[in-house]
Amino acid sequence: MSTMTVPTALAPAPSGSRLRWTLADAATLTWRNLKGLTRIPDAIFFATLQPIMFVLLFRFVFGGAITIPGVSYVDYLMPGIFVQTVAFGAVSTAVGLADDLQKGLIERFRALPMARSAVLAGRTTADLVRNVFIVTLITVVGYIVGFRIGTNFGLFLCGALIVLIFAYSLGWGFATVGLTASNAETAQVMAFPILFPLTFASSAFVPVSSMPGWLQAFAKHQPVTQVVDAARSLMVGGVTHNTASIYQALAWCAGLLIVLVPLAVSKFRQVG
Amino acid sequence: MSNSARFAVEAHDLVKVFPRGNVRALDGVSLQVEAGTVLGLLGPNGAGKTTAVRILCTILGPDSGHATILGHDVAKEADAVRRIIGLAGQNAAVDDNLTGRENIRMVGRLTHMSWKAAAARADELLRDFGLVDAGDRVLKTYSGGMRRRLDLAAALVARPPVLFLDEPTTGLDPQSRQDLWGVIEDLVSEGTTVLLTTQYLEEADRLARDIVVVDHGRVIAEGTPAQLKARLGTSVIAITLPNKDIAARAAALVAPLSDNPPLMDGVMVELTVEDGPKVGAEVLRALDAAQVPVAGLALREPSLDDVFLTLTGHKSEGETDEERAARSGKRRESKRRAGSRADPDEMDAA
Repeated sequence: MSTMTVPTALAPAPSGSRLRWTLADAATLTWRNLKGLTRIPDAIFFATLQPIMFVLLFRFVFGGAITIPGVSYVDYLMPGIFVQTVAFGAVSTAVGLADDLQKGLIERFRALPMARSAVLAGRTTADLVRNVFIVTLITVVGYIVGFRIGTNFGLFLCGALIVLIFAYSLGWGFATVGLTASNAETAQVMAFPILFPLTFASSAFVPVSSMPGWLQAFAKHQPVTQVVDAARSLMVGGVTHNTASIYQALAWCAGLLIVLVPLAVSKFRQVG
Repeated sequence: MSNSARFAVEAHDLVKVFPRGNVRALDGVSLQVEAGTVLGLLGPNGAGKTTAVRILCTILGPDSGHATILGHDVAKEADAVRRIIGLAGQNAAVDDNLTGRENIRMVGRLTHMSWKAAAARADELLRDFGLVDAGDRVLKTYSGGMRRRLDLAAALVARPPVLFLDEPTTGLDPQSRQDLWGVIEDLVSEGTTVLLTTQYLEEADRLARDIVVVDHGRVIAEGTPAQLKARLGTSVIAITLPNKDIAARAAALVAPLSDNPPLMDGVMVELTVEDGPKVGAEVLRALDAAQVPVAGLALREPSLDDVFLTLTGHKSEGETDEERAARSGKRRESKRRAGSRADPDEMDAA
């Protein structure tokens, strides 16, 4: 056991800038979260199966009954599926943090000379990477069932980028949910009543104009509708073209980040 | 500065109140750990042991009082403190979804080692802790003893001169406990300073040079294990009687045989004594002479509950609801001892 401790040797004091270590710590925890994800293949399987089933459900079961003038329903649907999927995926941010907290990992991180922000940054970044994977996969599934990009590939990617930025912003909100819940199961249950109205009372699956007036008032002015409209405008174009929604979606993302990041950080400080 | 050189850990009058329920988890705790020695921090559930460790590890800020690790203030120089401490035990977990090697590398990276250095350190620690074969297995497959060894290994990545072990062997089988004790002894022989919390007198007895006993957030006794034992007696004679009335009679009969008053618990009478076998025989003779029927008699080492009964005259009360609420969601292992004397709430102090 001669190599176990040299009591006088201290961990190296951080050389280089503080920012560099903050980024390195966030990268380490992003790596750890992604690595952990690959160790629960059944979780990945079901996380990808669910959006695929939604695609099939709306394409083949409900789709026939929904007619949108000037655009095929599968084209109308796919941007909505992207946003709905990443929004529901944000629950994993909450569940992951609640789990780390419950198991005592965050306790260990707090006693290490690492950047405090890395726990939240590492989690939200890992979930962003996960979303890139899932959006790519659903695009392929969409293509198989008849979805075609109506604009061009560059604009499609811009639309996907807005969807991912929105998911990232939402992730910070669910970070707070995860830190508030006492365990992973509670975090999951807490997330549902937030996500359900946001995703379904939106333009994700049907035009808002088909809803009753009181619901339209909510549906028109909530972020999911703006982000779906923006993604649709960039991916499908044509009758769905709506430049204003792109700016509104970006404004929503910026607004959410400005509010939700400090909220999550302050919650993280409290739970110590 | 002479004190800082002598004491690796110094805490003065630490107070911590959890706002929910106004629980005074620490009510003016002071302690010192001499460099290169082990201090055993003993106490029942809810005594404040874990709160003290969390403050010393910079996880939690004290409401008042101050503490230093190798001269660095835990509140003002938290980052410097985090570079010289290691924390292992019930609350500092390892990642179930990573392999042993990955866990150690992660901690290495988070203590700002290069990837290469972290990898080399992981190899070294896995070898030292007998986890080479298990190193590339995901932690879910580890036994309790292996997990604790890896947990301790993770705490040693940066070769910290000061180590905090929060109930390191709680829930382990006797063999794993012995193994871990050996590891801790090796570390201390190489100069590491250790603050150890435990519920097991035997553990403190084996490892600690000094002991501090806390209850309700206050230090109620301190000294070497030998000094404390002298105060506590070394054995407990537990006599079971057919009914409560006979138990009361028996208690009166055996009272003169010990300096400590007998304790009654239903049909049980317990007597804390210095020389268990000798007094045990006397107890039987006395009861026999008075024709008191005895249903059972057992001799055991004093448990921590006995320590507290003797020191404070009350049983440990466990964590309050408020305290638990304040720490809701933290995983805990059952520490309920065999038998029914452990308090109904097995949660540890916040």
